[in-house]
Amino acid sequence: MSLYLRALSAILQREALRFLTQRERFLAALVRPLVWLLVFAAGFRAALGLSITPPYQTYITYEVYIVPGLVAMILLFNAMQSALSLVYDREMGSMRLLLTAPLPRWWLLFCKLLAGVLVSILQAYAFLAIAYAFGIRLPPMGYLWVLPALLVAGLMLGAVGLFLASTIRQLENFAGVMNFVIFPVFFLSTALYPLWRMAESSTLLRDICAWNPFTHAVELIRFALYLRLNAEALGWVALTFAVFLGLALWGFDPARGIMTRKTR
Amino acid sequence: MDALAVAGLSFRYGRKEALKGVSFRVVPGEFCALLGPNGAGKSTLFALLTRLFVARQGRIAVMGQDLQQAPHAALAQMGVVFQQMTLDLDLSVARNLAYFGALHGLSRRESAARAQEVLERLDMAERAGERARDLNGGHRRRLEIARALMHRPRLLLLDEPTVGLDARARTAITTHVHALAREDGLAVLWATHLVDAVSPDDTVLILNHGEILQTGQARDLAPENGLARHFIALTEDVAA
Repeated sequence: MSLYLRALSAILQREALRFLTQRERFLAALVRPLVWLLVFAAGFRAALGLSITPPYQTYITYEVYIVPGLVAMILLFNAMQSALSLVYDREMGSMRLLLTAPLPRWWLLFCKLLAGVLVSILQAYAFLAIAYAFGIRLPPMGYLWVLPALLVAGLMLGAVGLFLASTIRQLENFAGVMNFVIFPVFFLSTALYPLWRMAESSTLLRDICAWNPFTHAVELIRFALYLRLNAEALGWVALTFAVFLGLALWGFDPARGIMTRKTR
Repeated sequence: MDALAVAGLSFRYGRKEALKGVSFRVVPGEFCALLGPNGAGKSTLFALLTRLFVARQGRIAVMGQDLQQAPHAALAQMGVVFQQMTLDLDLSVARNLAYFGALHGLSRRESAARAQEVLERLDMAERAGERARDLNGGHRRRLEIARALMHRPRLLLLDEPTVGLDARARTAITTHVHALAREDGLAVLWATHLVDAVSPDDTVLILNHGEILQTGQARDLAPENGLARHFIALTEDVAA
Protein backbone atom coordinates (compact mmCIF):
# COMPACT_ATOMS: atom_id res chain seq x y z
CA MET A 1 0.00 0.00 0.00
CA SER A 2 1.40 3.41 -0.85
CA LEU A 3 2.16 6.10 1.67
CA TYR A 4 -0.88 8.03 0.40
CA LEU A 5 -3.29 5.16 0.93
CA ARG A 6 -1.87 4.32 4.35
CA ALA A 7 -2.43 7.89 5.47
CA LEU A 8 -5.97 7.82 4.06
CA SER A 9 -6.70 4.55 5.81
CA ALA A 10 -5.29 5.86 9.12
CA ILE A 11 -7.32 9.07 8.98
CA LEU A 12 -10.52 7.17 8.07
CA GLN A 13 -9.96 4.73 10.92
CA ARG A 14 -9.35 7.54 13.35
CA GLU A 15 -12.57 9.29 12.36
CA ALA A 16 -14.45 5.99 12.60
CA LEU A 17 -13.10 5.42 16.11
CA ARG A 18 -14.03 8.96 17.09
CA PHE A 19 -17.49 8.38 15.69
CA LEU A 20 -17.88 5.22 17.74
CA THR A 21 -16.76 6.94 20.92
CA GLN A 22 -19.03 9.96 20.36
CA ARG A 23 -22.46 8.31 20.15
CA GLU A 24 -24.14 11.40 21.57
CA ARG A 25 -22.99 13.37 18.54
CA PHE A 26 -24.50 10.74 16.26
CA LEU A 27 -27.84 10.82 18.07
CA ALA A 28 -27.90 14.61 18.21
CA ALA A 29 -27.33 14.79 14.47
CA LEU A 30 -30.35 12.54 13.91
CA VAL A 31 -32.69 14.35 16.27
CA ARG A 32 -32.67 17.59 14.26
CA PRO A 33 -33.96 16.18 10.93
CA LEU A 34 -36.33 13.83 12.72
CA VAL A 35 -37.98 16.75 14.49
CA TRP A 36 -38.41 18.45 11.13
CA LEU A 37 -39.85 15.29 9.63
CA LEU A 38 -42.11 14.18 12.44
CA VAL A 39 -43.24 17.51 13.82
CA PHE A 40 -42.81 20.27 11.23
CA ALA A 41 -43.69 18.24 8.13
CA ALA A 42 -46.62 16.52 9.83
CA GLY A 43 -48.02 19.90 10.84
CA PHE A 44 -47.69 21.33 7.35
CA ARG A 45 -48.96 18.26 5.58
CA ALA A 46 -52.43 19.64 4.93
CA ALA A 47 -51.25 23.11 3.96
CA LEU A 48 -48.40 22.07 1.66
CA GLY A 49 -49.52 19.44 -0.76
CA LEU A 50 -47.30 19.09 -3.81
CA SER A 51 -48.20 18.68 -7.42
CA ILE A 52 -46.33 16.45 -9.81
CA THR A 53 -42.88 17.88 -10.42
CA PRO A 54 -39.77 16.00 -11.47
CA PRO A 55 -38.53 13.60 -10.24
CA TYR A 56 -41.92 12.68 -8.76
CA GLN A 57 -44.37 10.88 -11.00
CA THR A 58 -47.35 11.21 -8.73
CA TYR A 59 -48.68 13.49 -6.03
CA ILE A 60 -46.61 13.26 -2.88
CA THR A 61 -47.07 14.25 0.72
CA TYR A 62 -44.99 17.00 2.24
CA GLU A 63 -43.09 14.49 4.41
CA VAL A 64 -41.92 12.71 1.29
CA TYR A 65 -40.92 16.00 -0.30
CA ILE A 66 -38.68 17.18 2.51
CA VAL A 67 -36.77 13.91 3.06
CA PRO A 68 -34.01 14.76 0.52
CA GLY A 69 -33.67 18.23 2.05
CA LEU A 70 -33.34 16.74 5.50
CA VAL A 71 -30.73 14.26 4.28
CA ALA A 72 -28.82 17.22 2.84
CA MET A 73 -29.31 19.01 6.16
CA ILE A 74 -27.49 16.15 7.91
CA LEU A 75 -24.60 16.54 5.47
CA LEU A 76 -24.59 20.31 5.98
CA PHE A 77 -24.54 20.16 9.77
CA ASN A 78 -21.90 17.46 9.74
CA ALA A 79 -19.74 19.46 7.37
CA MET A 80 -19.90 22.42 9.76
CA GLN A 81 -19.26 20.13 12.72
CA SER A 82 -16.18 18.72 10.97
CA ALA A 83 -15.01 22.25 10.21
CA LEU A 84 -15.49 23.18 13.85
CA SER A 85 -13.43 20.20 14.97
CA LEU A 86 -10.76 21.23 12.47
CA VAL A 87 -10.60 24.70 14.02
CA TYR A 88 -10.47 23.04 17.44
CA ASP A 89 -7.67 20.69 16.32
CA ARG A 90 -5.74 23.65 15.00
CA GLU A 91 -6.21 25.60 18.21
CA MET A 92 -5.27 22.57 20.31
CA GLY A 93 -2.31 21.63 18.16
CA SER A 94 -3.25 18.20 16.81
CA MET A 95 -3.68 19.67 13.34
CA ARG A 96 0.00 20.56 13.43
CA LEU A 97 0.90 16.94 13.89
CA LEU A 98 -1.10 15.97 10.82
CA LEU A 99 0.42 18.73 8.72
CA THR A 100 3.98 17.66 9.54
CA ALA A 101 3.42 14.24 7.95
CA PRO A 102 5.61 13.83 4.84
CA LEU A 103 2.70 14.12 2.44
CA PRO A 104 1.25 16.95 0.39
CA ARG A 105 -1.03 19.15 2.43
CA TRP A 106 -3.83 18.87 -0.13
CA TRP A 107 -3.88 15.12 0.32
CA LEU A 108 -3.99 15.32 4.12
CA LEU A 109 -6.84 17.82 4.00
CA PHE A 110 -8.70 15.76 1.42
CA CYS A 111 -8.38 12.69 3.67
CA LYS A 112 -9.85 14.66 6.58
CA LEU A 113 -12.65 15.86 4.32
CA LEU A 114 -13.46 12.40 3.02
CA ALA A 115 -13.44 10.91 6.53
CA GLY A 116 -15.98 13.48 7.69
CA VAL A 117 -18.19 12.81 4.65
CA LEU A 118 -18.23 9.05 5.23
CA VAL A 119 -19.41 9.60 8.79
CA SER A 120 -22.15 11.91 7.45
CA ILE A 121 -23.27 9.28 4.98
CA LEU A 122 -23.72 6.76 7.77
CA GLN A 123 -25.91 9.26 9.58
CA ALA A 124 -27.89 9.97 6.42
CA TYR A 125 -28.64 6.26 6.01
CA ALA A 126 -29.62 5.98 9.66
CA PHE A 127 -32.08 8.84 9.08
CA LEU A 128 -33.49 7.19 5.94
CA ALA A 129 -33.99 3.96 7.89
CA ILE A 130 -35.91 5.78 10.63
CA ALA A 131 -37.96 7.65 8.01
CA TYR A 132 -38.79 4.28 6.44
CA ALA A 133 -39.95 3.02 9.81
CA PHE A 134 -42.30 6.02 9.97
CA GLY A 135 -43.82 5.17 6.61
CA ILE A 136 -41.74 7.25 4.16
CA ARG A 137 -41.37 4.88 1.23
CA LEU A 138 -38.81 5.56 -1.48
CA PRO A 139 -37.94 3.35 -4.46
CA PRO A 140 -35.85 0.48 -3.03
CA MET A 141 -33.02 0.99 -5.53
CA GLY A 142 -33.03 4.68 -4.64
CA TYR A 143 -31.26 3.85 -1.40
CA LEU A 144 -28.35 2.57 -3.47
CA TRP A 145 -28.48 5.22 -6.18
CA VAL A 146 -28.32 7.98 -3.64
CA LEU A 147 -24.93 6.85 -2.34
CA PRO A 148 -22.79 8.61 -4.99
CA ALA A 149 -25.02 11.68 -4.71
CA LEU A 150 -24.45 11.75 -0.95
CA LEU A 151 -20.73 11.43 -1.49
CA VAL A 152 -20.53 14.28 -3.99
CA ALA A 153 -22.88 16.55 -2.04
CA GLY A 154 -21.03 15.72 1.19
CA LEU A 155 -17.69 16.56 -0.40
CA MET A 156 -19.04 19.89 -1.61
CA LEU A 157 -20.40 20.85 1.79
CA GLY A 158 -17.26 19.55 3.49
CA ALA A 159 -15.14 21.70 1.19
CA VAL A 160 -17.21 24.76 2.17
CA GLY A 161 -16.59 23.85 5.83
CA LEU A 162 -12.89 23.37 5.18
CA PHE A 163 -12.73 26.78 3.56
CA LEU A 164 -14.48 28.37 6.55
CA ALA A 165 -12.09 26.58 8.89
CA SER A 166 -9.16 27.99 6.93
CA THR A 167 -10.41 31.56 7.27
CA ILE A 168 -11.51 31.60 10.90
CA ARG A 169 -8.85 32.31 13.46
CA GLN A 170 -10.56 31.56 16.72
CA LEU A 171 -12.83 28.83 17.89
CA GLU A 172 -15.28 31.20 19.53
CA ASN A 173 -15.90 32.98 16.21
CA PHE A 174 -16.88 29.79 14.53
CA ALA A 175 -20.23 29.30 16.25
CA GLY A 176 -21.44 32.66 14.91
CA VAL A 177 -20.24 31.89 11.43
CA MET A 178 -21.92 28.50 11.53
CA ASN A 179 -25.28 30.08 12.27
CA PHE A 180 -24.65 32.74 9.66
CA VAL A 181 -23.95 30.05 7.07
CA ILE A 182 -26.20 27.15 8.00
CA PHE A 183 -29.54 28.89 8.36
CA PRO A 184 -29.54 31.05 5.21
CA VAL A 185 -28.07 28.19 3.19
CA PHE A 186 -30.73 25.78 4.41
CA PHE A 187 -33.78 28.03 4.28
CA LEU A 188 -32.87 29.65 0.95
CA SER A 189 -32.92 26.34 -0.84
CA THR A 190 -35.37 23.75 -2.12
CA ALA A 191 -34.96 21.70 1.06
CA LEU A 192 -38.33 22.81 2.42
CA TYR A 193 -40.21 24.22 -0.59
CA PRO A 194 -39.90 23.74 -4.34
CA LEU A 195 -38.73 26.65 -6.45
CA TRP A 196 -42.15 27.31 -7.95
CA ARG A 197 -43.51 27.86 -4.45
CA MET A 198 -40.72 30.35 -3.79
CA ALA A 199 -41.54 32.14 -7.05
CA GLU A 200 -45.13 32.58 -5.90
CA SER A 201 -43.79 34.55 -2.97
CA SER A 202 -40.97 36.47 -4.67
CA THR A 203 -38.99 36.00 -7.85
CA LEU A 204 -35.90 37.38 -6.13
CA LEU A 205 -36.22 34.71 -3.47
CA ARG A 206 -36.64 32.11 -6.17
CA ASP A 207 -33.50 33.34 -7.95
CA ILE A 208 -31.46 33.28 -4.76
CA CYS A 209 -32.62 29.74 -4.08
CA ALA A 210 -31.83 28.71 -7.64
CA TRP A 211 -28.27 30.04 -7.27
CA ASN A 212 -27.70 28.47 -3.87
CA PRO A 213 -25.33 25.49 -4.28
CA PHE A 214 -27.15 23.75 -1.44
CA THR A 215 -30.28 23.70 -3.62
CA HIS A 216 -28.32 21.74 -6.20
CA ALA A 217 -27.06 19.34 -3.53
CA VAL A 218 -30.67 18.78 -2.41
CA GLU A 219 -31.87 18.25 -5.97
CA LEU A 220 -29.02 15.89 -6.76
CA ILE A 221 -30.03 13.78 -3.76
CA ARG A 222 -33.76 14.06 -4.55
CA PHE A 223 -33.32 12.88 -8.14
CA ALA A 224 -30.93 10.09 -7.12
CA LEU A 225 -33.44 8.78 -4.58
CA TYR A 226 -35.84 8.37 -7.53
CA LEU A 227 -33.20 6.73 -9.72
CA ARG A 228 -32.58 9.77 -11.86
CA LEU A 229 -29.51 11.86 -12.53
CA ASN A 230 -29.88 15.62 -12.36
CA ALA A 231 -26.90 16.55 -14.52
CA GLU A 232 -27.27 20.29 -13.94
CA ALA A 233 -27.25 19.81 -10.17
CA LEU A 234 -24.25 17.50 -10.42
CA GLY A 235 -22.38 20.08 -12.48
CA TRP A 236 -23.07 22.86 -9.97
CA VAL A 237 -22.16 20.68 -7.02
CA ALA A 238 -18.91 19.56 -8.65
CA LEU A 239 -18.01 23.13 -9.57
CA THR A 240 -18.74 24.41 -6.06
CA PHE A 241 -16.66 21.57 -4.60
CA ALA A 242 -13.71 22.43 -6.83
CA VAL A 243 -13.89 26.16 -6.04
CA PHE A 244 -14.17 25.77 -2.27
CA LEU A 245 -11.57 23.02 -2.07
CA GLY A 246 -9.19 25.25 -4.00
CA LEU A 247 -9.89 28.16 -1.66
CA ALA A 248 -9.45 25.93 1.40
CA LEU A 249 -6.12 24.61 0.14
CA TRP A 250 -5.03 28.16 -0.52
CA GLY A 251 -6.08 29.07 3.02
CA PHE A 252 -4.05 26.24 4.53
CA ASP A 253 -1.02 26.92 2.36
CA PRO A 254 1.91 27.44 4.74
CA ALA A 255 3.24 30.26 2.60
CA ARG A 256 0.24 32.54 2.97
CA GLY A 257 -2.59 30.85 4.80
CA ILE A 258 -4.13 30.84 8.24
CA MET A 259 -1.32 28.93 9.92
CA THR A 260 1.02 31.83 9.26
CA ARG A 261 -1.30 34.42 10.70
CA LYS A 262 -2.60 32.38 13.52
CA THR A 263 0.12 31.61 15.99
CA ARG A 264 0.70 35.13 17.02
CA MET B 1 26.46 15.67 7.34
CA ASP B 2 24.51 18.10 9.51
CA ALA B 3 21.24 16.76 10.82
CA LEU B 4 19.89 20.29 10.79
CA ALA B 5 21.38 23.31 9.06
CA VAL B 6 19.72 26.69 9.37
CA ALA B 7 21.19 29.63 7.49
CA GLY B 8 20.13 33.28 7.48
CA LEU B 9 16.59 32.56 8.57
CA SER B 10 14.35 35.61 8.97
CA PHE B 11 10.62 35.89 9.49
CA ARG B 12 8.17 38.75 10.01
CA TYR B 13 4.61 39.01 11.24
CA GLY B 14 3.56 42.10 9.35
CA ARG B 15 5.99 44.78 10.52
CA LYS B 16 7.22 42.86 13.52
CA GLU B 17 10.42 40.99 12.90
CA ALA B 18 10.23 37.66 14.75
CA LEU B 19 13.49 36.12 13.55
CA LYS B 20 16.52 38.02 12.30
CA GLY B 21 19.07 36.09 10.28
CA VAL B 22 19.19 33.03 12.51
CA SER B 23 21.91 30.50 11.61
CA PHE B 24 23.02 27.33 13.41
CA ARG B 25 23.74 23.65 12.88
CA VAL B 26 22.97 20.49 14.81
CA VAL B 27 24.99 17.35 14.08
CA PRO B 28 23.97 13.71 14.69
CA GLY B 29 24.30 12.73 18.34
CA GLU B 30 24.25 16.33 19.52
CA PHE B 31 21.81 17.58 22.14
CA CYS B 32 21.25 21.22 21.34
CA ALA B 33 19.25 23.33 23.80
CA LEU B 34 17.60 26.38 22.31
CA LEU B 35 17.23 28.69 25.28
CA GLY B 36 15.13 31.78 25.13
CA PRO B 37 12.66 33.66 27.30
CA ASN B 38 8.98 33.77 26.34
CA GLY B 39 8.54 35.70 23.11
CA ALA B 40 12.14 35.15 22.00
CA GLY B 41 11.05 33.53 18.72
CA LYS B 42 11.39 29.85 19.64
CA SER B 43 7.89 28.88 18.57
CA THR B 44 8.23 30.78 15.31
CA LEU B 45 11.49 28.99 14.65
CA PHE B 46 9.76 25.67 15.35
CA ALA B 47 6.89 26.51 13.03
CA LEU B 48 9.42 27.24 10.29
CA LEU B 49 11.44 24.10 10.98
CA THR B 50 8.30 21.95 10.79
CA ARG B 51 7.02 23.80 7.71
CA LEU B 52 3.87 25.07 9.36
CA PHE B 53 5.17 28.41 8.14
CA VAL B 54 7.31 28.92 5.08
CA ALA B 55 10.45 30.97 5.42
CA ARG B 56 10.70 33.75 2.87
CA GLN B 57 14.31 34.43 3.73
CA GLY B 58 16.97 31.91 4.66
CA ARG B 59 17.42 28.18 4.24
CA ILE B 60 16.64 25.09 6.31
CA ALA B 61 18.07 21.66 5.50
CA VAL B 62 17.39 18.39 7.31
CA MET B 63 19.96 15.66 6.62
CA GLY B 64 20.92 17.58 3.51
CA GLN B 65 17.32 17.84 2.25
CA ASP B 66 16.19 21.40 1.67
CA LEU B 67 12.88 21.96 3.45
CA GLN B 68 11.66 24.28 0.71
CA GLN B 69 12.75 22.20 -2.26
CA ALA B 70 12.10 18.71 -0.90
CA PRO B 71 9.70 19.18 2.02
CA HIS B 72 8.47 15.61 2.25
CA ALA B 73 11.96 14.10 2.24
CA ALA B 74 13.01 16.58 4.92
CA LEU B 75 9.90 16.03 7.08
CA ALA B 76 10.37 12.27 6.87
CA GLN B 77 13.71 12.66 8.68
CA MET B 78 12.20 14.69 11.48
CA GLY B 79 10.34 13.77 14.66
CA VAL B 80 8.46 16.58 16.38
CA VAL B 81 7.06 17.12 19.87
CA PHE B 82 5.04 20.31 20.00
CA GLN B 83 4.53 22.49 23.03
CA GLN B 84 0.79 21.82 22.99
CA MET B 85 -0.21 18.24 23.56
CA THR B 86 -1.27 16.58 20.32
CA LEU B 87 -2.38 13.14 21.46
CA ASP B 88 -5.78 11.70 20.72
CA LEU B 89 -6.90 11.18 24.29
CA ASP B 90 -9.69 8.75 23.42
CA LEU B 91 -7.32 6.36 21.69
CA SER B 92 -5.01 3.90 23.40
CA VAL B 93 -1.27 4.40 23.55
CA ALA B 94 -0.81 1.74 20.84
CA ARG B 95 -3.44 3.30 18.58
CA ASN B 96 -1.91 6.75 18.91
CA LEU B 97 1.38 5.28 17.76
CA ALA B 98 -0.21 3.27 14.97
CA TYR B 99 -2.00 6.35 13.64
CA PHE B 100 1.21 8.31 13.46
CA GLY B 101 3.10 5.34 11.99
CA ALA B 102 0.54 5.11 9.18
CA LEU B 103 0.91 8.83 8.44
CA HIS B 104 4.58 8.06 7.90
CA GLY B 105 3.87 5.09 5.66
CA LEU B 106 4.49 2.23 8.10
CA SER B 107 2.55 -0.98 7.54
CA ARG B 108 0.51 -2.35 10.41
CA ARG B 109 3.15 -4.99 11.17
CA GLU B 110 6.04 -2.51 11.03
CA SER B 111 4.07 -0.10 13.14
CA ALA B 112 3.38 -2.68 15.85
CA ALA B 113 7.06 -3.67 15.99
CA ARG B 114 8.22 -0.05 16.13
CA ALA B 115 5.63 0.79 18.78
CA GLN B 116 6.95 -2.01 20.97
CA GLU B 117 10.52 -0.80 20.37
CA VAL B 118 9.91 2.87 21.18
CA LEU B 119 7.72 2.15 24.18
CA GLU B 120 10.43 -0.09 25.62
CA ARG B 121 12.98 2.64 24.91
CA LEU B 122 10.93 5.05 26.99
CA ASP B 123 9.96 2.56 29.72
CA MET B 124 6.32 2.53 28.72
CA ALA B 125 5.91 -0.94 27.22
CA GLU B 126 3.41 -2.01 29.87
CA ARG B 127 1.13 0.94 29.06
CA ALA B 128 0.46 0.11 25.40
CA GLY B 129 -3.17 -0.77 26.05
CA GLU B 130 -4.01 2.20 28.26
CA ARG B 131 -6.02 5.13 26.99
CA ALA B 132 -3.94 8.28 26.54
CA ARG B 133 -6.49 10.08 28.73
CA ASP B 134 -5.57 7.82 31.65
CA LEU B 135 -1.86 8.69 31.54
CA ASN B 136 -0.35 11.36 33.77
CA GLY B 137 1.30 14.44 32.27
CA GLY B 138 4.79 12.96 32.29
CA HIS B 139 3.73 9.76 30.57
CA ARG B 140 1.71 11.67 28.00
CA ARG B 141 4.86 13.58 27.11
CA ARG B 142 6.86 10.38 26.96
CA LEU B 143 4.22 8.94 24.65
CA GLU B 144 4.57 11.97 22.39
CA ILE B 145 8.32 11.45 22.28
CA ALA B 146 7.79 7.74 21.54
CA ARG B 147 5.43 8.73 18.75
CA ALA B 148 7.96 11.15 17.30
CA LEU B 149 10.46 8.26 17.13
CA MET B 150 8.14 5.82 15.34
CA HIS B 151 9.51 6.49 11.87
CA ARG B 152 13.15 6.46 13.10
CA PRO B 153 13.91 10.10 12.42
CA ARG B 154 17.46 11.44 12.44
CA LEU B 155 16.44 14.73 14.00
CA LEU B 156 14.16 15.21 17.01
CA LEU B 157 12.61 18.63 17.61
CA LEU B 158 11.01 19.33 20.98
CA ASP B 159 9.28 22.59 21.81
CA GLU B 160 9.09 23.18 25.57
CA PRO B 161 8.40 19.50 26.24
CA THR B 162 8.69 19.70 30.04
CA VAL B 163 6.55 22.76 30.70
CA GLY B 164 3.87 22.04 33.29
CA LEU B 165 5.49 18.82 34.53
CA ASP B 166 6.79 18.17 38.03
CA ALA B 167 10.53 17.92 38.70
CA ARG B 168 10.54 14.12 38.64
CA ALA B 169 8.79 13.89 35.29
CA ARG B 170 11.04 16.62 33.87
CA THR B 171 14.15 14.74 34.94
CA ALA B 172 12.87 11.45 33.51
CA ILE B 173 12.15 13.05 30.14
CA THR B 174 15.43 14.95 29.86
CA THR B 175 17.32 11.77 30.85
CA HIS B 176 15.53 9.76 28.17
CA VAL B 177 16.16 12.31 25.45
CA HIS B 178 19.82 12.72 26.38
CA ALA B 179 20.16 8.94 26.14
CA LEU B 180 18.57 8.97 22.68
CA ALA B 181 21.15 11.48 21.49
CA ARG B 182 24.09 9.74 23.13
CA GLU B 183 23.22 6.11 22.37
CA ASP B 184 21.25 6.29 19.13
CA GLY B 185 23.06 9.18 17.49
CA LEU B 186 19.88 11.19 17.25
CA ALA B 187 20.28 14.94 16.73
CA VAL B 188 18.10 16.80 19.23
CA LEU B 189 16.93 20.40 19.20
CA TRP B 190 15.21 21.12 22.50
CA ALA B 191 13.58 24.54 22.81
CA THR B 192 13.04 25.66 26.37
CA HIS B 193 13.14 28.52 28.80
CA LEU B 194 13.92 26.09 31.64
CA VAL B 195 17.67 25.89 32.13
CA ASP B 196 17.47 22.71 34.23
CA ALA B 197 16.97 20.65 31.06
CA VAL B 198 20.54 21.44 29.98
CA SER B 199 23.58 19.29 30.82
CA PRO B 200 27.14 20.68 30.83
CA ASP B 201 28.04 18.82 27.62
CA ASP B 202 25.06 20.10 25.67
CA THR B 203 25.30 22.71 22.99
CA VAL B 204 23.38 25.84 23.90
CA LEU B 205 21.88 28.44 21.59
CA ILE B 206 20.59 31.53 23.34
CA LEU B 207 17.82 33.22 21.39
CA ASN B 208 16.28 36.54 22.30
CA HIS B 209 14.20 39.02 20.29
CA GLY B 210 14.63 36.81 17.25
CA GLU B 211 18.42 36.78 17.31
CA ILE B 212 20.96 34.18 18.39
CA LEU B 213 22.93 35.94 21.13
CA GLN B 214 25.38 33.18 22.00
CA THR B 215 26.22 29.65 21.06
CA GLY B 216 28.58 27.10 22.57
CA GLN B 217 28.84 24.27 25.05
CA ALA B 218 26.96 24.88 28.28
CA ARG B 219 30.07 24.39 30.43
CA ASP B 220 32.00 26.98 28.39
CA LEU B 221 29.28 29.62 28.29
CA ALA B 222 28.96 30.01 32.04
CA PRO B 223 31.79 28.33 33.90
CA GLU B 224 31.47 30.46 37.03
CA ASN B 225 27.96 31.79 37.54
CA GLY B 226 26.04 28.82 36.22
CA LEU B 227 23.97 28.75 33.08
CA ALA B 228 20.75 30.00 34.69
CA ARG B 229 22.34 33.22 35.95
CA HIS B 230 24.21 33.70 32.71
CA PHE B 231 21.03 33.22 30.69
CA ILE B 232 19.05 35.69 32.80
CA ALA B 233 21.82 38.28 32.76
CA LEU B 234 22.30 37.99 29.02
CA THR B 235 18.64 38.24 28.07
CA GLU B 236 17.99 41.04 30.57
CA ASP B 237 20.88 43.09 29.20
CA VAL B 238 19.56 42.81 25.70
CA ALA B 239 15.99 43.57 26.75
CA ALA B 240 17.21 46.68 28.54
